[in-house]
Amino acid sequence: MEFKEKLLASHLALEERIELSDPVHQTRLESLRTFELKGFPSRKEEAWKYTSLNPLIREDYALFPKSESTIQLKKVKKYFLYEIDTYKVVFIDGVYSPFLSDTTHDGLDVCLMSAALSKPKYSHLINTYFNKTTDVNDSLTALNTSYAHEGAYVYIPKNTVAEKPIEIIHFSSGNEKALWLQPRNLVVVDQNAQVQILERHQSLKEHNVVTNSVTEIYAHKDAFVDYYKIQNDLNSASLIDNTYISQESNSTARVHTFSLGGELIRNNLNFYLKGTHCDTTLKGVTLLKDQQHVDHYTLVDHQFPNCESHQDYKGVFSDTSKGVFNGKIHVDKKAQKTNAFQQNNNILIDDKSTVNTKPQLEIYADDVKCSHGCTVGQLDEDALFYMQSRGIPKKEAKALMTYAFANNVLESVELPILKKRINKLIANKLGVNLGFDL
Amino acid sequence: MAYTEEELKKELETKEYEYGFYTDIDSETFPVGLNEEVVRRISQKKQEPEWMTDWRLKAYAAWKDMKEPDWANVQYKKPDYQAISYYSAPKKKDQYKSLDEVDPELLKTFEKLGISIDEQKKLAGVAVDIVMDSVSVATTFKETLAEKGIIFCSISEAIQEYPELVQKYIGSVIPIQDNYFAALNSAVFSDGSFCYIPKGVRCPMELSTYFRINQAGTGQFERTLVIADESSYVSYLEGCTAPSRDENQLHAAVVELIALDHAEIKYSTVQNWFPGDKNGKGGVFNFVTKRGICHKSAKISWTQVETGSAITWKYPSCILKGDDSIGEFYSIALTNNFQQADTGTKMVHLGKNTKSTIISKGISAGKSQNSYRGLVQVHPRATHARNFSQCDSLLMGNQCGAHTFPYIEARNKTAQIEHEATTSKIGEDQIFYCNQRGIDPEKAIALVVNGFSKEVLSKLPMEFAVEAQKLLEISLEGSVG
Repeated sequence: MEFKEKLLASHLALEERIELSDPVHQTRLESLRTFELKGFPSRKEEAWKYTSLNPLIREDYALFPKSESTIQLKKVKKYFLYEIDTYKVVFIDGVYSPFLSDTTHDGLDVCLMSAALSKPKYSHLINTYFNKTTDVNDSLTALNTSYAHEGAYVYIPKNTVAEKPIEIIHFSSGNEKALWLQPRNLVVVDQNAQVQILERHQSLKEHNVVTNSVTEIYAHKDAFVDYYKIQNDLNSASLIDNTYISQESNSTARVHTFSLGGELIRNNLNFYLKGTHCDTTLKGVTLLKDQQHVDHYTLVDHQFPNCESHQDYKGVFSDTSKGVFNGKIHVDKKAQKTNAFQQNNNILIDDKSTVNTKPQLEIYADDVKCSHGCTVGQLDEDALFYMQSRGIPKKEAKALMTYAFANNVLESVELPILKKRINKLIANKLGVNLGFDL
Repeated sequence: MAYTEEELKKELETKEYEYGFYTDIDSETFPVGLNEEVVRRISQKKQEPEWMTDWRLKAYAAWKDMKEPDWANVQYKKPDYQAISYYSAPKKKDQYKSLDEVDPELLKTFEKLGISIDEQKKLAGVAVDIVMDSVSVATTFKETLAEKGIIFCSISEAIQEYPELVQKYIGSVIPIQDNYFAALNSAVFSDGSFCYIPKGVRCPMELSTYFRINQAGTGQFERTLVIADESSYVSYLEGCTAPSRDENQLHAAVVELIALDHAEIKYSTVQNWFPGDKNGKGGVFNFVTKRGICHKSAKISWTQVETGSAITWKYPSCILKGDDSIGEFYSIALTNNFQQADTGTKMVHLGKNTKSTIISKGISAGKSQNSYRGLVQVHPRATHARNFSQCDSLLMGNQCGAHTFPYIEARNKTAQIEHEATTSKIGEDQIFYCNQRGIDPEKAIALVVNGFSKEVLSKLPMEFAVEAQKLLEISLEGSVG
């Protein structure tokens, strides 16, 4: 049975596990029909020109893990920001782990999607926000929606600042040979509220795991959302991340994506600027080796005047790794006085590494400042020689330069502890000790 | 002040196509429609050898199974390919030896265009191979060129007289099944230009062809083949203006350039087909396939000024096959009213140490849409490939759009690729500055646009640069931001 058929057929099994009366079930069924009609995207579609899902969907995946797994905290402690206090929403094989989590309802809601879906007191919020900013015609998002029942639910009320960062972590235990996960997150940040969120997908053992995740983020007037995605999974894990962000006037939304590992990663990152004076930042560092493949597909949709967006993606590709960047800035007729900037810089380290990049501008307003720049190159031989002549080993010299190259993106990370962590991660990947901290 | 913004807008909208007129010459025209029989008849009409007929039929067979591409960022009603007449030739087919023999009607047309032949002959030292409705009617300076061994003639003549050259190179850069419009052109092309520069020869003058679409209801399918043999040099100009016409006309040309080792080809185009009126009615569909191949250390340079056509779909490309070869692309695309342009280039780096430069300037005014679409591809074998691309857009008025779709594919670590693009409008302070000094807004805009386009204009040969500048002035003056 093809995997698509299995997904369609297994929906009945999902219906046995959930409350059919919950407010989103009709949406689930509609989305399933969309997915049935569209199927998995193929390379014939422009948006998937450089990334093929075929090798992934040839496998057969379990959709629901057979047994509940527990993990010891000490084994996974390193994946948390253990140095500081955080709210935590942790899932193991798609199932909530109360033992590892630290949720709250005190002043703000950091809890579970399943809880929000089943409790009547949330139904108003769910009706207002669930699946309202997604692209309903996107087949993978539709697939996620049709199975949506678990994930993180975050609500920050008016004039509230979430004092601790929120960590959303999905572990896959490796108890199943092959596992297909579909977490669904919803983040609502009300007027003048602030939040910092960190999202991570991690498998604990080499096994086939594919995560098709959808996150919806709503930033209301004057809200501030700071979102970090850490993608440093094992080489057997794949991730399709669909993130939709809706911004109202004067809001600030920042998304940092660190793609450091995984078999195949596809990031669909969409910003919809639905008010004036929005500030949008999307930045990423991609550092790949082996046969890893990372595809960044971003959209910044400027619909109102006086907004600003900054986009900066850096990529370093070794071995036979492959990087894809497709960034689109759309400026509507109404969106005068838009400032939109986009930058994509890449370094190819090895002969067989590849980068395909397509920065696009679609501009329908005249009083705008838009630019994009994109480069592919290599480390400067002269600079390397300079450092070597001063006693810095070549490997470290290379690492230093690569580090400097990615540094622009790291600089805007506002969680010091996270910055340090990523700093270390990058140094680790490059195989050297940089000998300094940020 | 001479104009207010509103008045200016109004005048521009109502500005008729200045080069729109229609020459009344008897033509022999095929009935509309396309089938194998029509392809055969075109071939027969031109007394082509069998291999050519077969080649056309093969192209037709390929075309039949192909779909019209729809990925470009343009919207239009697809032409009915069965409602077009595929052949039309001026009836008086005798070769002219001097200008006196040329139909006076024709001469008048050229005068109106400001390209009177004798003037050209005397002044610029330009050999003009004038194509009027697909058949070559006048060729000048042939003798001077012949002395050097340069062949410059219509492609039908070349098929008759130099079949071995044509057979070797035609379709070698753009195969017949390359794309929908190229296949169509290969099947039904009526005429075009052929040029061969022998080894080590530097062509002493700019070669030039003026195209005109002239017969109502006929599409024009030009075929150009330029071969520069080892260590030779040629600069080729192509310019077009077309009369006003109500229905959309189809223009699907194919241009193939072959630059052998150490050769250099410079190909410049000024395109000013009828762009349609202010309501977007009429106008030429310009679906052109242009591609050149560079062998070792060869260089191909495309320069284009696109101001006309309702729809432009054009990507002059370079295949940098030989080591150390160079590809260049300089383009100005100007759209006004309801014009739509989707243009750009492809630089395919196959050889080592290959270089390419792309400079594209898009200017959109009125309700037009202007897109740059380009591909820079570095293959694994192409070590030390270098590319620089720059795409700037200028927007005039808030109803037009400017878009950039660059594709960059690098599969070699030594590749160095840079791409940058900007979009902006004409600054109010710039206009104000000019106004203050007594320059009216229209002139001020012309000034700014000229400056914006300078980088590309300066790449054009002298004779063309003047004309292009004038063309920009005629078709651009848009609104003050």
